[in-house]
Amino acid sequence: MNRLRNIASRLLSATFLLMISTFAVSAQTPPEAAKPAPAAQGSDLAPEPAPPLPAGMTGSDVNDPRFKLAPGIYNAGAIAMGMRHLSLLRKPDAFQLGADDPANPKVQKTLGLLGIADTSKMSRSSQLVRAQLAFANSDLAFQGKYLFQGNFYGVNIYDISNPARARLLTSMVCPGGQGDVSVYKNLMFMSVEMPNGRIDCGTQGFAPAPPSTTADQPPLPAPQKERFRGVRIFDISDIRSPKQVATVQTCRGSHTHTLIIDPKDKDNVYVYVSGTSFVRQSEELAGCSDEAPEKDPNTALFRIEVIKVPLAAPQQAAIVSTPRVFMDPRTGVINALNNGGTHGAKGLEKPSDSDQCHDITAYSEIGLAAGACSGNGIILDISDPVNPKRLDAVNDPNYAYWHSASFSNDGKKVVFTDEWGGGLGARCRPNDPAKWGADAIFDLTNGRLKFASYYKMPAAQSDAENCVAHNGSLIPVPGRDIEVQSWYQGGISIVDFTDATKPVEIAYFDRGPINPQVLVLGGHWSAYWYNGHIYGSEIARGLDILELTPSKFLTQNEIDAAKSVRFAEFNVQNQQRITWPPRLVVAKAYIDQLERSKGLPSDRIATLRRAIRTAEQSSLSRSSLDRLRQLADQLRDGSAGALSTADAGRIEALAEVLRKPMK
Amino acid sequence: MKSRLASSLMLVATGLFLSVPTSLAQQKNRRPVIVQPGAPGSPTRELPATTRAELPPVSAADVQFMQGMIVHHAQAVEMTDLIESHTDNAGVRALGARISRSQSDEIAFMKRWLAARGQSMTIAAAEMHHMHHNMHNSRNGTSHEAGALMPGMLTPQQMEALRRSRGAEFDRLFLSGMIRHHGGALDMVRDLFAAAGAGQEAELFTFATDVDSGQRAEIRVMQNMLEKINSKEKR
Repeated sequence: MNRLRNIASRLLSATFLLMISTFAVSAQTPPEAAKPAPAAQGSDLAPEPAPPLPAGMTGSDVNDPRFKLAPGIYNAGAIAMGMRHLSLLRKPDAFQLGADDPANPKVQKTLGLLGIADTSKMSRSSQLVRAQLAFANSDLAFQGKYLFQGNFYGVNIYDISNPARARLLTSMVCPGGQGDVSVYKNLMFMSVEMPNGRIDCGTQGFAPAPPSTTADQPPLPAPQKERFRGVRIFDISDIRSPKQVATVQTCRGSHTHTLIIDPKDKDNVYVYVSGTSFVRQSEELAGCSDEAPEKDPNTALFRIEVIKVPLAAPQQAAIVSTPRVFMDPRTGVINALNNGGTHGAKGLEKPSDSDQCHDITAYSEIGLAAGACSGNGIILDISDPVNPKRLDAVNDPNYAYWHSASFSNDGKKVVFTDEWGGGLGARCRPNDPAKWGADAIFDLTNGRLKFASYYKMPAAQSDAENCVAHNGSLIPVPGRDIEVQSWYQGGISIVDFTDATKPVEIAYFDRGPINPQVLVLGGHWSAYWYNGHIYGSEIARGLDILELTPSKFLTQNEIDAAKSVRFAEFNVQNQQRITWPPRLVVAKAYIDQLERSKGLPSDRIATLRRAIRTAEQSSLSRSSLDRLRQLADQLRDGSAGALSTADAGRIEALAEVLRKPMK
Repeated sequence: MKSRLASSLMLVATGLFLSVPTSLAQQKNRRPVIVQPGAPGSPTRELPATTRAELPPVSAADVQFMQGMIVHHAQAVEMTDLIESHTDNAGVRALGARISRSQSDEIAFMKRWLAARGQSMTIAAAEMHHMHHNMHNSRNGTSHEAGALMPGMLTPQQMEALRRSRGAEFDRLFLSGMIRHHGGALDMVRDLFAAAGAGQEAELFTFATDVDSGQRAEIRVMQNMLEKINSKEKR
């Protein structure tokens, strides 16, 4: 999620923040009727269709069945391909604004604070709308049987030991947005950026100044010692009672953060902080400055922060460096990167500086991190995590706001996302270009990025659905690069980018809009694969749990091979290498792929499958293993032909499994 | 279904009569808890199951910010409306179209925000004066001398001069005026976040943060354009 900060996105934001408006509609309509709002208001409230497509661009597919699904908060129409929806756990009441009953004193109090005295006409859905961003679900993290769902208002922890019957364990109230979470052993990290964040996790925020009647009344001081913007650290040894152990304050707060585990440093973990919000006053936090770099070389703009967390004493966590990742190392100029100019209404706009990272994904095992930094995608050498060094930076005229990044498992590709419209806007309308608000896939060689292609969820979405590329994770299907990705109200899309120049959608799940008349913020913030299932963090509705189903794009063997990979802990921004156990199901997945790509003749495929079946049925008898080894040797001898790189790799990996399969 | 219900009823009954403490403890373990941590070093406390979410307060400064920004944005739209008939400079025309489009969208958003809170869409003159009075930390060279204007807004005289100019003269007045105008918006955002208890509401926070970063970027673009125009004239 991000603001519509990019100038180009602002220009094209036809549906700008239409999120609180349902109340205005419902307040004017009789409770029983759903007739349209009066014209004068309606023109303000109704979502606007996209402007015409720029010349030479193609838009989203209106013939896709996802285009016209029935609306609703909990009863929306839904459709899936290659996936099955198992359950939706609704957002807990403790993270919702009040009960159904408008007479509930809590509701009255909250609405009173908002200046609304008469609640008799408010429906539950309008309460939801009013409160949506303040209680929006955000990112996910996983550890063992636990799922951690961040929220602008705190964190919800679920037990997912039986994913089909996941259950809520703990609702931890601690507001401050966005509430992105990571977990490491007994520690949980949480991003806070908004001015209502308090060190003590209080929900009251800070008292506003009383309405002044005289112009001479001195204003109350705004700096607050109790305010918190930065990264919170909790001890989660007792999963039902997380304890706050440290609060590391930063000038711009923490929009997102990235856990960095240095393989050479067992005593500490590191956290990269990406702050995108306003710089606070130095009276509140010493040393904070939002001046231009020419005026103040210590400006809090144009940098990230690195927090060092001693595992034995997490309460001593502190900022240890503030890397100038946009600096030109030769001149020392700290604002040396810009977006190169991006799309506006009338062609290419002028360049503007990048002064923040939005999200960084670290792949410690290969010593690299990929940063999505407003106007640029960057690659950092993080072999010394405290002093990351920029290796490369790219920009792209079709990119409005570089939002997030992820590596392929072999580290040879990077998928960036463009959060055009900030996530609050409808950007998958029929006339929205397929190259805008899309993934951009780059080849990565020796730390240098080379553009390969764009991928955008192909289905058109309505004017009332916020939709743009957002967070995703790899699905560990061996032999292929597959990512599951959230697109807000565009749903969940699974893309195969094995061939970086030809990404293909292989599965999806989507619901209709929350509200057909106004754009009500919702949809999937994140969709991640974790140990066999797909978990979707739905901003407004709750937590979705899905599983893969076989299709012509993905076989049961490939799904089972993906399920054979288990992580003890999973934080998407701290990418871990996937390794597959040498099980026969993994071999079967490679064989299915070689059949699909015609990388092996059908008679050899049949022979391999027969031998594997014999081995399985005999519980890996000595003779069956001999036969597999023999076939493996033949594969190696015969795999020198005219094969694609992907198929050559599959044959190599298949032979490896066949030589020493385990049960 | 029925038999399962019956057996669970029996279980409950057994629990009630035979082992009340264990059963309650087990039930308690199954039930989700709502907790609120304290500051580092303080304990985490359990909240009642009836706990519901609460919004942070909306302050008078928030409402005034929105009301004032509507006035402020309206002048930007008024300025960009002149472009069509006043200049052929492609850069200025493209920029003007962008500013006009985004500020119109934002005006609609601000009106919805205010309407949804039962607030007036217009700012009272006294409040506007008060806002001016509080502009302690203007760092963007915006003018505050005129009583009825928001920070950075052009005076009626300056607007008139802009209306009368054409071509390169218009471009210069427009760009320098809009840089100042945007600078005023940055001051308004700065003052918003500098007001006690302001900017805590999520939508307003997001919007104000966006105004800040978006207009900062546009100022840089306009400064580059102005430099080019000025250097051309010198040559």
